[in-house]
Amino acid sequence: MSSLESSIQKELQKNFTEVIPSLTNQEAFQESQRCLYCYDAPCITACPTGIDIPTFIKKIASGNMKGSAKTIMTANPVGASCSRVCPTEELCEGACVLNHTTKPILIGNLQRYATDWAIKNDQVLFKQGQPNGKKVAIVGGGPAGLSAARELALLGYDVTIYEAESEAGGLDTYGIVSFRLPKSVSLWEVEQVQNLGVTIKTGVKVGEDIPFDEIYSMHDRVILAIGMASVPNLNIPGEQSSGVYDAIELVKKTKAAPFPTELKDKKVVVVGAGNTAIDGATCSVRLGAENVKILYRRSEQEMTAYDFEYEFAKQDGVEFRWLTQPIEILTNKEGKVEGIKCIRMQLLKAAQGERRRTVPVPDSEFIIECDAVIKAIGQKRHLHFIEELGLAHKEGVILINNETMETSNPKVYACGDVIFGKGQGEAMVVSAAQQGKTAAYHMHESLKESYTA
Amino acid sequence: MADLRTNLAGITSPNPFWLASAPPTNSGYQVQRAFEAGWGGAVWKTLGDPILNVSSRYAAVHFNGQRVAGFNNIELITDRPLEVNLKEIYETKKRFPNHAVVASLMVEPNQGAWHEIVKKTEAAGVDGLELNFGCPHGMAERGMGSASGQVPELVMKQTNWAKEAAETPVIVKLTPNITDITATAEAAVQGGADAVSMINTINSLAGVDIDTWLPIPHVGGKGAHGGYCGPAVKPIALNMVSECARNSRINVPISGMGGVSNWQNAIEFMLMGASNVQICTAAMHHGFRIVEDLIDGLSTYLDDRGILSVQDIIGKSVPTFSDWGNLDLNYKVVARINNDVCINCNKCHIACEDTSHQCIDMLNDPSGNAILQVREEDCVGCNLCSIVCPVDGAIDMIQLNHEHPPMTWNERQTLIGSLKDKKVSK
Repeated sequence: MSSLESSIQKELQKNFTEVIPSLTNQEAFQESQRCLYCYDAPCITACPTGIDIPTFIKKIASGNMKGSAKTIMTANPVGASCSRVCPTEELCEGACVLNHTTKPILIGNLQRYATDWAIKNDQVLFKQGQPNGKKVAIVGGGPAGLSAARELALLGYDVTIYEAESEAGGLDTYGIVSFRLPKSVSLWEVEQVQNLGVTIKTGVKVGEDIPFDEIYSMHDRVILAIGMASVPNLNIPGEQSSGVYDAIELVKKTKAAPFPTELKDKKVVVVGAGNTAIDGATCSVRLGAENVKILYRRSEQEMTAYDFEYEFAKQDGVEFRWLTQPIEILTNKEGKVEGIKCIRMQLLKAAQGERRRTVPVPDSEFIIECDAVIKAIGQKRHLHFIEELGLAHKEGVILINNETMETSNPKVYACGDVIFGKGQGEAMVVSAAQQGKTAAYHMHESLKESYTA
Repeated sequence: MADLRTNLAGITSPNPFWLASAPPTNSGYQVQRAFEAGWGGAVWKTLGDPILNVSSRYAAVHFNGQRVAGFNNIELITDRPLEVNLKEIYETKKRFPNHAVVASLMVEPNQGAWHEIVKKTEAAGVDGLELNFGCPHGMAERGMGSASGQVPELVMKQTNWAKEAAETPVIVKLTPNITDITATAEAAVQGGADAVSMINTINSLAGVDIDTWLPIPHVGGKGAHGGYCGPAVKPIALNMVSECARNSRINVPISGMGGVSNWQNAIEFMLMGASNVQICTAAMHHGFRIVEDLIDGLSTYLDDRGILSVQDIIGKSVPTFSDWGNLDLNYKVVARINNDVCINCNKCHIACEDTSHQCIDMLNDPSGNAILQVREEDCVGCNLCSIVCPVDGAIDMIQLNHEHPPMTWNERQTLIGSLKDKKVSK
């Protein structure tokens, strides 16, 4: 690497370090003192994994840091990641009773403080359960898979995770921007699970590198936690040109050095307005893009990104173009992106219970000059794989018993993003973690008799 | 502005706020700085035979992030030569003739020693003397301070010796390290004291370091008990002041101290019979400047109530302080929760459920919102819920109408006794 390159990399590294500073000891102590230690606290109910929040905060206040970290991680095996990525104002902090008097406790930051302590101090929080002789395979080592694996390992199962990527952690490792969630945090959580005797086979794509049937026959139960696939095509001309990116792939490239430099000084447009679109946009800004615009065919009110993400993108200088539908990616003679042709949209009145639809405004085409287009209009499903398994599904969303996470095959459970959509599940990391726990517990219930007898 | 001038057994000062005999009054420099800041008086750090001090002297008790809820020290009386202190007292009094300068004194229990120090000190121009019969550590091991202050006879005798020589008012400072402080207060009065002051510090061990297992503070690996003061001791001090104030045999003015940290505390002590207050820990925590708000707050309080002189509040609450046996058994308060103010932390519920009388229910109102409700018929009016409630105005303790006429335990016993007598006489 030339010295220029290395100085650019150094600069980029700075751009991708965590934006929210951790609480200092003093701040954490004071904030923990502010917690009322409610009885039957609403923050616990608001946490999908049911972390005993007043207890972990009280432990910070009492100086019992290990107990605090353990309280968090007991309820949520990816509690360190969640402390950073949870939409806390919609969950625990939103439910804090102090919203009615002063201001809510910084629960997310305190959770991060406690789990950071465990990471820094190399703590062993859990011990593997007494082996019970039962084997479980988990396909996918993201939040849901890790969470299920952790619970099963505590219960004494012999667990193997099959992970397609070179490292486990899924979305937390690859899909959430480093300046919110450094990869090291997610990898610590992976390590915690490994330390309980869970085998993680990375770089193994089930269905390609190893047949699903083989795994199925080798194990007593299988959990599918395969998440979602790449961003779908926009289905407009020019999509194959050089300079068109998948937002998820782009974020993944920024999770470890060396950082990509091809967006430096470029004009970037991002298509879509969910949290991934925001990630694509803010990553572009941090990769040195000259200008970043988010194009969305609906309006501000309909965007699905969290408010704090929207606010964050605005602070980063990201521009928003509402009611703008891309219709063609324009390229130069070398096949490189040089602009995007769009058409203005208008919102129709919403039919009962539905999202407002949009229709193009006739003769309103216009061109936005740009060097790169980042697609962020949701994620595809592993449809083909799911069909091969013969599991009941709805457009790639595996159908489950909501209570038990069982699929149409009673030996196969599913959790995480693979069950999200079509009115089922939740898209949050914290929900995936809870689903993993639920799958593990119900699987355990179903197997218990077979070995205790 | 109300008149804040006070008079303690003839010692006048521009306001009731005196610095107590302690490290803040160690030197002329400090006392003069205090007077510049507005303090009305100062009791000079105890004079006597200069001593040797140890290093590492103070420790504090912090509670839930609140620093200095209590304070502990093992420092002894002045370690400076008597002549130096007397010279500085003289200079201070010359510069601040209207401020009260009182010298705290401690010598061995010997008539001649008391006569000598009283005469020397008065020659420096002090307005009064405070006999230190309270210091609980170090000096007590040598038969002085609280060691003599715990023996009523010694209190009386030494007070008498000081009085034999004294021309200025003599205040006797009492130790709280005793079962009944009125016994020593009475002894002081019998010895001729012009006033009593209380409380000195309470025997204490501030803490133990759970990593090193050493006492806090320690001096090279060893600790000894100290004297405890600061906000945490205020209720103890206030009770002792009140007990003395309502005791007709202790018919001398009281200078109150022990945890006084703000003007409200000062008013409480004065309402319970203190003619003025002495303060140390609050000044050590924040500096002499706190006196500005002490004066301002007190003055506004008096003005708002149309009270012309601070002396008009002295002792006004004493008649309300009595024995348990004189409390009305038929007086009843119950808790009432204001659900529009309540934030549903449920602390009242769990406190009542686990540790009191199980009368706060967690319910839902007709629209399904969580609410807390007191079953008044089961509420004993203990106040616990309103104490743990973090929101002002969420829980009121409401007085119910008397179901029966007022009757105290003593009245009840008398009544029962008279009924028995009647039976007997039949």
